[in-house]
Amino acid sequence: MIDWSIIAGSLPDFLAGLKVTLGLLAISLATGLLLSVPLAVARVSSNPWVSRPVWLYTYVIRGTPLLVQLFIVYYGFAQIDFVRHSALWDLFKNAWFCAWFAFALNTTAYTTEIIAGALKATPHGEIEAARSVGMSSFSLYARILLPSALRRALPQYGNEAVGMMHATAIASTVTLVDLTRVARDVYANHLVTVEAFGTVAIFYFVLTFALVGLFKVAEHYGLRHLRAQTERSTVAISGAEMKTK
Amino acid sequence: MASPYVLNADNITKRFGSVEVLRGVSVAAKPGDVIALIGSSGSGKSTFLRCLNLLERPNAGQIQLKGESLALKPDRDGALSASDPAQLRKFRARIAMVFQHFNLWAHMSAEKNVMEPLTTVLGLTRGEATERAGHYLSKVGVSHRKDAYPAHLSGGEQQRVAIARALAMEPEVMLFDEPTSALDPELVGEVLRVMRAVAEEGRTMIVVTHEMSFAREVSSEVVFLSKGIVEERGPPQELLSRPRTERLQGFLANTLK
Repeated sequence: MIDWSIIAGSLPDFLAGLKVTLGLLAISLATGLLLSVPLAVARVSSNPWVSRPVWLYTYVIRGTPLLVQLFIVYYGFAQIDFVRHSALWDLFKNAWFCAWFAFALNTTAYTTEIIAGALKATPHGEIEAARSVGMSSFSLYARILLPSALRRALPQYGNEAVGMMHATAIASTVTLVDLTRVARDVYANHLVTVEAFGTVAIFYFVLTFALVGLFKVAEHYGLRHLRAQTERSTVAISGAEMKTK
Repeated sequence: MASPYVLNADNITKRFGSVEVLRGVSVAAKPGDVIALIGSSGSGKSTFLRCLNLLERPNAGQIQLKGESLALKPDRDGALSASDPAQLRKFRARIAMVFQHFNLWAHMSAEKNVMEPLTTVLGLTRGEATERAGHYLSKVGVSHRKDAYPAHLSGGEQQRVAIARALAMEPEVMLFDEPTSALDPELVGEVLRVMRAVAEEGRTMIVVTHEMSFAREVSSEVVFLSKGIVEERGPPQELLSRPRTERLQGFLANTLK
């Protein structure tokens, strides 16, 4: 039987963990989005000196697990004398900073590729039209390419945000008391699986659907221009079907 | 002495690899001229048009707008590009282009498509741009669809919005690159009617087209391109009724069938 008193008793801890999870997710995604827009523009540059370094960065980050990246930042950087004896140490001895740094590094790489992919998929004619009216390259990116690419990237970016939310569980390995860490503590204290991990699963589940819903709304507005206008015609067709029946 | 020509393209040459697509083509348009470029596919007519605003980089030649030469310099690959990007942008703003596939910006409404270059390139205020966009959208007969996105417009409506976008720039020359070739047959008429009205206002136009009746009735000069050279040129009635060269005779026999 489920011991509801354990769940009720640990609910304040879960809520505190929820705050940590959401906080970590928010700052990581915000940093990632901010950095990945200029990086994606660099990634699609025709100048190899600009695009190759970004390619290398996303290739390396996407080619290694986030857990390994976090361990390198959290345990590895502490081994470097230079880091230990500089102002950087104040930052890297802090678990919050390490988690934010590693997560931002990771999501930036994925988001950069998502946006770069969307930029590359811009119909060539739209670029020619912009050039033909005398737009500068800056205007071309600011007014045509990015607004259009960022909208088209929304569905994929939504997946990345949900993936990142699940990935924050990894922060529990470096002393941060996020949702997963709270669940592990509850399990360790009471040796109950369902009460500990079942509860945290429901938290993540609700978070996931909230995020998915948020992106559905964003897509509804952001991708209006690509949606087939079927509302009126479906009504007309279903009306016609009614008659034939 | 000011040049009598609005646009003067001299001896334009273009190679794609070892293939010579244009072998020295010259076209000069006086104010109010409507020049129809005709020719079979692969004759280089679209490439020539695209060289005029440097969407395609010619290998040799000169482009003058109202007597002002576009400064060109050869690149490593041998093609010419503008030596002064700012001058090229100014040139392009004075030469508007209408494309075969409309090339409207998909994330913007019809009205925003027309307004965008007005605010970002010409520096008009939003109010001025809205007013001008409204004027030209109603001129081409799509003002009732101004809030629709391109994907929700018919091909003919999209092309008319694209013409409004070009007109709103109040350019000195308008280039049309096969503007009706991507349209369903029943939509061709509405676009040709708009183009005819634009021509009748006295605007200078260079039109790559397969519409022989348009070339015959609207243009002031027809230029027949074949294999990258001007095979024949002249007033439409004469050229289309009494073609001198065998190539043009063959071309007309095939298209007028």
